[in-house]
Amino acid sequence: MSTLSFAAGALKAVHAHALQGYPHEVVGILAGKNGEVTAIKALINERADSAHNRYRVSGLTVMRAEQALEAAGHTILGYYHSHPDHPARYSDYDRDHALPNLSYVIVSVDNGEIADTLSWRLRDDRSAMDPETLNLNGAAS
Amino acid sequence: MTTVHIPTPLRPYTADQATVQIDGDTVGAVLNNLTTTYSQLGVHLRHPDTGRLRSFVNVYLGDEDIRFLDDEDTAVPPGAELTIVPSIAGGNSTLPTLDHSEIERYSRHLILDEVGMEGQRRLKAGKVLCVGTGGLGSPLLMYLAAAGVGRIGIVDFDVVDLSNLQRQVLHSTSNIGRPKVQSAKERIHEINPHIQVDIYEEALTSDNALRILEPYDVVVDGTDNFPTRYLVNDACVLLGKPNVYGSIFKFEGQASVFNLGEGPNYRDLYPEPPPPGLVPSCAEGGVLGILPGVIGVIQATETVKILLGKGNTLSGRLLLYDALSMRFRELKLRRDPHAKPITELIDYQQFCGIPGVSAHDEDDAEAFDRIDVVEFKTRWDAGWRPYVLDVRRPAEAEIARLSFADKLQPHGEVATIAGELPRDRDIVIHCKLGGRSAKAAATLAGLGFDRVFNLEGGITAWSKTIDASIPTY
Repeated sequence: MSTLSFAAGALKAVHAHALQGYPHEVVGILAGKNGEVTAIKALINERADSAHNRYRVSGLTVMRAEQALEAAGHTILGYYHSHPDHPARYSDYDRDHALPNLSYVIVSVDNGEIADTLSWRLRDDRSAMDPETLNLNGAAS
Repeated sequence: MTTVHIPTPLRPYTADQATVQIDGDTVGAVLNNLTTTYSQLGVHLRHPDTGRLRSFVNVYLGDEDIRFLDDEDTAVPPGAELTIVPSIAGGNSTLPTLDHSEIERYSRHLILDEVGMEGQRRLKAGKVLCVGTGGLGSPLLMYLAAAGVGRIGIVDFDVVDLSNLQRQVLHSTSNIGRPKVQSAKERIHEINPHIQVDIYEEALTSDNALRILEPYDVVVDGTDNFPTRYLVNDACVLLGKPNVYGSIFKFEGQASVFNLGEGPNYRDLYPEPPPPGLVPSCAEGGVLGILPGVIGVIQATETVKILLGKGNTLSGRLLLYDALSMRFRELKLRRDPHAKPITELIDYQQFCGIPGVSAHDEDDAEAFDRIDVVEFKTRWDAGWRPYVLDVRRPAEAEIARLSFADKLQPHGEVATIAGELPRDRDIVIHCKLGGRSAKAAATLAGLGFDRVFNLEGGITAWSKTIDASIPTY
């Protein structure tokens, strides 16, 4: 099982974004180095029609944000998004839209409070996503 | 050879190369050669069942998105660069399930790749508000109900009138005189009992618009007047909801999708309303009964596409339809960078220059008099014999006319016959409802006529109050 670590403050920032956006889904980029998230970049959910259970960010917007992070010395490790009033498990829709070799962190927000945080990676054949271990030591300290 | 830029997460499948050199005359050919060479890429770029590019895979030729060129048929010139740019998308699937009768009912949708079980469940989860249940709302509501949109809100304060039935196919002869929202709800449930119908038997106003729109995913504008159209637009902008727009006049219609994502809204198309009276209403100008059928069905199509998240909507495009020449045209729409931001709902009657109910009484600057049909009849019976000028169009006079009218001249042309009109006699001007005749009265007053009366309510009021043998239309 692979592992994704969060540096101090990084997971807190993800949770703050998820709470601030509730009851809508929020989305952002996880960046860092060597499998540890040290920076996040909140993105704007473009799905105005169904923001409570869908997110989308256009390719150019994502690419520009990632280029800025990479220029600052970060590696793109994956993306996070929230599931308002829904478990932190990936949906078929998440799997259909996922890329391999990246971490997909899902934050479940239940009634305005953080309920759960899980991370998933897409299999090479796209048949499923596998859970990965979250190392929150940095975040807790 | 074409240089293809590979996004970071897919580089493990191209031997960690950021760019690769691939042959091909078109974008599609380059991509096919790419996935032949690097076979593990294929499943991530294309959907294995349909062979189409996955929805999150955007391809740029130089700096142009191929969706705005010829898609995969776009020719690739020598030395060009292709860039694969994934968008990101996802979300939970708390979608409602379909029971067996629903699966049978929607089977022709379910076997479409673009709809399928997921799409039909999205339609069932969809919440759409339709403002107006008239010409546009009729086909729209019937098709949304049949398509299985789970929750439909309808706003209308009107009752079904005989003159509605030429185009408002949602309502029937047996419903004349009943509230339109009631008639609409019953018809929707006859079509599809699975639909939740919310009715709002009230006028949409700046006070209630945000409350009424709030629960819905998509708002459809089926209104027939400018104040409500601006109100619907501004409320959608404030709430971040897509606004599916349609309008009709005589033989011509328009449709677009406003405020979808970062797309333009109605104020980017028309920052200001036209001067009052410049654009006649359907009651004044007439409308081909089938026209709202075409436009309303286009609005229904766009609504369903937005709920499904499929296809290219009319966002950023204004579709124009002319029934007489049977032609569709399309104009590009962009956000106006100089547009004033919409920050609150305002008084839209005032914004559109329409005087309030009390404004007539206070408007002592008006240079002509007003007379209602009862007073006219009383004075007529007492022997008053004014010159009566009908300013409607000849087609209307063929439907109904006042027997004592002296002359028929459309209201825009009254100045041309000023020389024929008496200056030593009272002149009473009438039209269908009193709007056009007021304009004609103002014109004559401006030419120095000082004994001009506008017949309030027009021939319609005369028919309803004085002489029922004259048909209303």
